[in-house]
Parts: sequence; structure tokens; C-alpha cells
Amino acid sequence: MSSGTLPASLIPAPPVVRPRLSRAAQIMRLGQWVALMTLAMALLLPMGVLLSRAFSNQAGQFVWLANFATYVTTPALFTAAWNSLWTSALTTALVIPLAFFYAFALTRSRIPAKGFFRAAMLIPVLAPSLLPALALITLFGNQGMLRGALFGQPLYGPVGVIMAQVFSCFPHAALILAVALGTSDGRLYEAAAALKAKPLRVFMTVTLPQARYGLVSAAIVVFTLVMTDFGIPKVIGGQFPVLATDVYKQVVGQLDFNMGAVVGIVLLLPAVAAFLIDRWAQRQREATMSGRAVSYQPKPNAARDGLCLLHCLVVAGVLLGLTGVAIWGSLITFWPYNLTLTTANYAFENFDPAGWGAVWNSVKLATLVAVIGAPAIFTIAWLLERGPQGGPIPGMLRLTAQLPLAIPGLVLGLAYILFFNHPANPLGYFYGGLVILVANCLVHFYTVGHLTAMTAIRQLDPEFESVGASLRVPVFVTFGRVTVPICLPAILDIAVYLFVNAMTTVSAVIFLYGPDTKLAAIAVVHMDEAGQGSAAAAMACTILAITAAVKLFHVAMGGVVNRATQAWRQR
Amino acid sequence: MASGVVRAEAEAPTAPTAPPYLVIQQVAKSFGTFAALHRVSLTITQGEFVAFLGPSGCGKTTLLRAIAGLDPPTTGSITQGGRDITGLPPEMRDFGIVFQSYALFPNLSVAQNVGYGLRGGGWTRARVAERVAELLTTVGLPEQAQKYPAQLSGGQQQRVALARALANEPGLLLLDEPLSALDAIVRINLRQELRSLQRRLGVTTIMVTHDQEEAMSVSDRIVVMSQGRIEQVGTPEDIYRRPATPFVAGFVGRSAHFDAKIDTPANMLITPDGLRLEARGLAHLLYGARVEVFIRPEDVRIGPEALVMRHHQGVVTHVEFMGALSRVSVELGRLRLDADVPAGMVTALGAFVGSAIPVALPPEALMVFPTDV
Repeated sequence: MSSGTLPASLIPAPPVVRPRLSRAAQIMRLGQWVALMTLAMALLLPMGVLLSRAFSNQAGQFVWLANFATYVTTPALFTAAWNSLWTSALTTALVIPLAFFYAFALTRSRIPAKGFFRAAMLIPVLAPSLLPALALITLFGNQGMLRGALFGQPLYGPVGVIMAQVFSCFPHAALILAVALGTSDGRLYEAAAALKAKPLRVFMTVTLPQARYGLVSAAIVVFTLVMTDFGIPKVIGGQFPVLATDVYKQVVGQLDFNMGAVVGIVLLLPAVAAFLIDRWAQRQREATMSGRAVSYQPKPNAARDGLCLLHCLVVAGVLLGLTGVAIWGSLITFWPYNLTLTTANYAFENFDPAGWGAVWNSVKLATLVAVIGAPAIFTIAWLLERGPQGGPIPGMLRLTAQLPLAIPGLVLGLAYILFFNHPANPLGYFYGGLVILVANCLVHFYTVGHLTAMTAIRQLDPEFESVGASLRVPVFVTFGRVTVPICLPAILDIAVYLFVNAMTTVSAVIFLYGPDTKLAAIAVVHMDEAGQGSAAAAMACTILAITAAVKLFHVAMGGVVNRATQAWRQR
Repeated sequence: MASGVVRAEAEAPTAPTAPPYLVIQQVAKSFGTFAALHRVSLTITQGEFVAFLGPSGCGKTTLLRAIAGLDPPTTGSITQGGRDITGLPPEMRDFGIVFQSYALFPNLSVAQNVGYGLRGGGWTRARVAERVAELLTTVGLPEQAQKYPAQLSGGQQQRVALARALANEPGLLLLDEPLSALDAIVRINLRQELRSLQRRLGVTTIMVTHDQEEAMSVSDRIVVMSQGRIEQVGTPEDIYRRPATPFVAGFVGRSAHFDAKIDTPANMLITPDGLRLEARGLAHLLYGARVEVFIRPEDVRIGPEALVMRHHQGVVTHVEFMGALSRVSVELGRLRLDADVPAGMVTALGAFVGSAIPVALPPEALMVFPTDV
């Protein structure tokens, strides 16, 4: 009847098929390869140099674990590790409940002005982490008007560090929790209501379990941020040593690169552990959400909504208030003796030799990082997701793209000086220049952009390229005509993310700037060190003004871009 | 020759008369240790409409994607119009494809979607517009050219996807579950349109589906697949009336299924209950051989009709009203059978729940397969 049912064993083995890659697929494979090599060069080689330095002495001889032994037996260094640990834990314990109820209010209540509260929540992201520290000094410092509120505790030290960290970490936790709470399944609440469960029981049995992986992620992000932040403990930590300031002290103060590398590796360990736990939590969270879920619509509830509104007002008030204090502090003639307002603090050339040049350097850096980074990150994500999948390259590229998230900016920066400063490195030419700063920022902020791009690309029909191929349209045409226009909002998000972070980061660049490439955020640290608190605040506010302007421009541009490229979303 | 076919009736002629267009030989595909296709061979002639039918995971989509070059096979060969295309990338083949999701480009208008492949040499703006208008008229959507896909209904989107796949006049049209995302009524209308369009254009077409009714209503031939193997290739009537394997008998159409053994005289079966049934064309099977037996509900006779042939006494357990027909469930000892009768006849046949009723299984209606030992 049909030849299809002939017993296969009677027929000799058929030829093995050697699939031919199309020209386009070959080019995409080459692109994957180049991306992998570039990332490896920019990430793995410097980290390798860092590791080797931790195991050698000043003369470059291999000394096994001698440096680590010195580290463990030096009480001062060990104290720093303990301080880092407990301030991180305490900050996390303070931030998570605050952020959880703020996110809860945004997603599970019917409070008014949610848009305003969402915007207020983002302010700390736009400001350098030094801004809250400077504002706190204005309020609670040795000359502060509210000094008494600390009951005689000095601000400089753990108290100030934790207060400033709570401010600057709050939005990161709240964003994650708002997503975790926002994507919950409304049908579970209907089922709970049908079973006559009381609100508290619903909260304990439905809301909390649904958000548990979000809570894990948020806690880990906050813990890592505090652990690896350099700016806040530098400005407000006083004599309170933590790991991040120790790396700086070893490298910049004592020029002991080997011990710096050792402290960097100690700093790397919790970050890597946090990264692994977070990946686990992400996987669990993906599994909890089914495709048929119905989004939850909260019903009015006066008591809940009232409490939520109060919480949001207090939190948003503190966020806006501290920012306001920083701005006010930047406009004061001579704190606290002469409170008349002035713009003299913004004449930066009177306080720091780089002057306004630092601001333009920062803008130049952030623009380059955004303009190079967003298209490159998106294209690499697309090559990875839609290019040929065979062989080891896609898997290795996927892994390498995730790694930057596990490496603190300070550690990457240290790895970069060790790598580029190495006498044998022909790339040493770039040391102290803009190129190395751009490369470091691109690598340091790579992963978040990569994940954003992957999410956007995965929402596209997986058969777009197949359809294009069947119509004999090169895959690059489909990329340009379909993929990029649809994903343009995501690409803009990545660009703005890169810009804002490159503007505000201290830790990633503190080791890498040169005399001609001093950055605004670095200038804040230096002016504060020199006792010019008002000028430092003015510089921090200038950074905030630029990032806020870019963010506003993004929101406004988003409307234009949406009208131009997303009209098809309208039904 | 399929080993399971034991029906006495002559097979309907299914041998293709036109020259072969697509020849699939010994095609196998494995993902790691899992074999999705086991050395499948199949020949499709020019202008044929062939359906790949089977449950999910049977390998039908894998075979389609191997033909398209989207996931090349591990071993074997595929020739299309005399050209070996086995290892070629999709760009170097000649086919149009419609996916279950349609994969319409959401940011491009209907006209831009349909004209997507009309580029390069000779495709001036005016010629593209002309061709797009012609295609949209062909699929019955002349007025929708400037809309975006999201503004169309599911059925309209499906037509746009079809027009786009046909734009380059491909030699082969591949349809991957093209109708399964649609409502029942739209689906029935569209499949007839699809069929008449295919006849008009004469394009060789392969459709993957898990819906047997859809496969039967549009195809020239059906390829029934299970667990990475082809179970049977034949016309819809072949597949339904003369299933080659127990799988086909059980998967296509409805049937009751029971085990039996060969008894004496020849062509006599006996069930584990001791029920003796006459069948046809079993003379070559030895006494005591185990067999699987299938019978369709429309072949089971009950009431006065059963009395004129060899019959048994059964009990009515359930009557299900299904519109034009009613399905009467009866038990013959432990044997459970369904019989479809015209709805108006149920009372006349005396088919009340709990009542005794004569039941006959016509010998020519039994589909018998030896159980492989």
C-alpha cells in the first residue's frame, strides 16, 4: 500500500544529512562568535588578571594563599567584612517591608495618584547614591538642625550608612515587588472569596506565597547593592570601615594592588552567591505563573486603601523630602551660619579643578554608553535568540551575558586597572581615557539590558524569521523591518537605563578616570572629601537634573515613538 | 503491504498517476536520544492536497519542518521537483508556509505583509501593489489592505497569512495546523475555501492537523502518523473504511474495541466471554490466534434490523441524543457497544434504558487485526 510502513530493518541505513547554513545564518553565527569573544575579552580577561594578582606578591611571584592568610589575620580588614555583612542585612530587613507595602499599595489597592507614587518611587534611581548621604549630613550631621533626633548617636558611621542605603535601595526592591504582585492570578482571589476566607487569611495564604520569589529577589538585590556600594560609606561612613571602602583604601591609599584584589574577591563571593540564589528564585517564579491567569482587579476597601495611602504618602514624602533637602543644601551660602540662597555652589570650577568639565565628561560617557550599548546589547540578544542554536557558542554567550550581574562595579573597576595597567598589555594605551570608562560601564550594566532585550524578543512570534526565510527575505531585512520597530520601546528603555547608570555610578569608575576624564559623580566624592559639602550637593543635584531630564524626555519621546511605530497595537 | 490489513475487499486504487513532486526517503529525526521520526518515506504528486494526521507528538510537525528546512532531518533524503533539498536552508527552497499562529508581522499593514516577499529584481512598487491586490482578491479580502493584523478577525488573519505564503507562487504550500486557532464555524467555512483555492491554483499542498474531520474533508490523501511512524497513507475513505492498523482504526472515526481469538470454523471469532462472532477474510489465521476487533457505531445493528442476521441479546444502558442521530449504548455481556440510529427511530426500535434488545455485528463491518506477539 504505502512504502512508509516497510520494516526499516530491511533497508540499508540512509545517508546522514549535513544541514547547510544559509549565508545569513553563517553571518549570525559569526556575530555570536564575535560577541562572545568581545565579552570574554572585556570581562573574563580582566577578572582573570584580578584573580592572579590576589595570589601573587608585590614582586609578581605566585604565593598561593599567603595574601588571604594575611587578610584573615589582620583584624581591621576582617572587621570591615563583618560591618559590610551586618549593615547589608539590616538595610535589607528595613527596606523589604517598606517596599513591599508600597508595592502592595500600587498593585493591590485603589489609592489615588498611583502614577505620582510610581514616579516618586523612581527618584533615588535617578540620583547618585551620594545624594541622600549629603542630604542626611545637612539634616543630621555635626551641624545639622535635626541632630538631636539621633539621640546622641553620630550620623557618620553605621546610622548614616543604613539611612542613606534605605533611601537609595528602596526603588530597586519596590520595582521588583510591584512586578511580583502585579502579575498575580485574580482567579485565586475569587476562589478564596468563594471559600469565605477572611482578608488576613487571604493575605497570608494567597498574596504572600505568590510574592515569595519576588521577596527573595528583592532581598538579594538590596543586600548586594548595599554590600557592594562604595559612594555612601565613603561619604557618610566616617571611620566605619566596610569592604568597598577597604578595596579603595588598599588600592588608592596604600597602592597595595594585591591586597586590594584579595578584598575584591572577598567582596565578589557574596555577590556571586546572591546571583545564584536569585537565578534560582527567578526560575521558580516563572513556573508559578500560568498562561491562563486572569489579572487581579482590587475592589474598594476603605481600611486597606486608607492605610496604603498613608504609607505611600509617608514614603514618597521622605523620598521627595530628602531630595528637596539636597537641592536646598546646594543653594545655601554657608551652612549652617548663612542660610541665604545662592547659586555660587554651582560654580564648580571654584571647588574642583575639573569644574563643569566633569559634568560634560559624565554626559559624554553616559551618551556613548547608551548610544553604543543599547543597539549592541539588543543585536547580540537577537543573534543569540534567533541565530543558529547548534554548537557550544550560544550556551557560552548566554552564560557570559549573565555574569556581569554577579560582579560588583568596584571589583570590575579594579580588574580593569590591573588589566589595562599591566605593562605587557598593548591596550594599556586606553588607561585613563574615555574608552576604558565606556567599556567598563557597558560590561558592568550589560546584564539588565540583555535581560530586557531577551524579554522583548521572546514576546515576538518565534516564526517571524521562518516566514521571512520561506519568502526568501534575508533575516536582516526582517530584523530591520519587523523586530527592531516592534522592540523600539524596549531598546529605548535599555538606552535610558544605561545613560542613567553611567551618570550616577561611582563604584564602577572610581579607579578608572584620568585627569582629563574626571566624572561628575567622582567630583561629588572629592568635593565632599575636601569639606565642600554644599558644592558636592550641587554636583549631585546637577546629575539628578540631567538624569531626570533624560527620563522625562524618554517619557515624552515614548509617546512620539509609540505613535510612529506602535500604531498597530491599537485595535 | 501493511501487515495489519486483513479485510477481504480489494483496496481502492491509490497509486498516484501524476509524476512524483516531493519524494521523502528514509527521513529520520532525533533530538538527542529521542527519535521524533523513524525512517519515514512518502511520495507526493504534483497538485495533490495531502494531510498529515495524528495525535500531538506523533511527528507530523517535525516532518513538515524537515520538508521546509526549518529543522533539517538527521538522516534520509528529500527531493522536490527532482532537486535534492535535504540539507538546504529554507531560503534556498521553494515553499510558502502558514503557521498556526499565522506569524503575521504586527507592525506592518495587511498589504505590507502580503507583499513582504515581493522584493528585488523586477518588483517595482506598481507591480507589487498590483500583485498584492490580486492576492487579496483571491483570498476574499480586497478591502482590508491598509489595516493592521490586530484589527482583523482570526479568519481574516488566516487569509492574509495564506495570501502572503502564496505571493511568490511557491511550488509547495505548507500549512501547520492552519485552522486550529479558529471558531468551529469559521473553521468549516475556511477549510472549504482553502480546498477550492488549492484546486484553482493547483499548488501542491501539505497540511498538518490533529483534526480528522478537517483532514477528511479537504485532502486527496491522508498520512496517518503515530509515534514518529507513518501508520497508513490513503484516501479519506481508505483511512476510514479500510484502516491498515489498529491505531488507525481506533484514531480515525469512532469505534468500539474488544479482544477476541480465532475459533472454528474459519472466519469465526470468540470473545473472552464466549460470544461467537462471524467475520470475513480471516482464513489465513490459525485457530487460537489473538486478534483485536473494531466496529463503528453506524455499523452496529439493533432492534428488528438485527433479527434478520446472526444476533445476540443485549441490554440498553444509555441513550444519548445527538441531533439527527441518537447513540444507543448496549452491553453484550461484558462487551460495550455503541449503535448510531436515526433519532426518530429510538422509540420504534424499543431502545429504552434497561430494556433487552437484539444486537447484530455484521461480519463485513468487523475490522480485525492480529495481535502482534
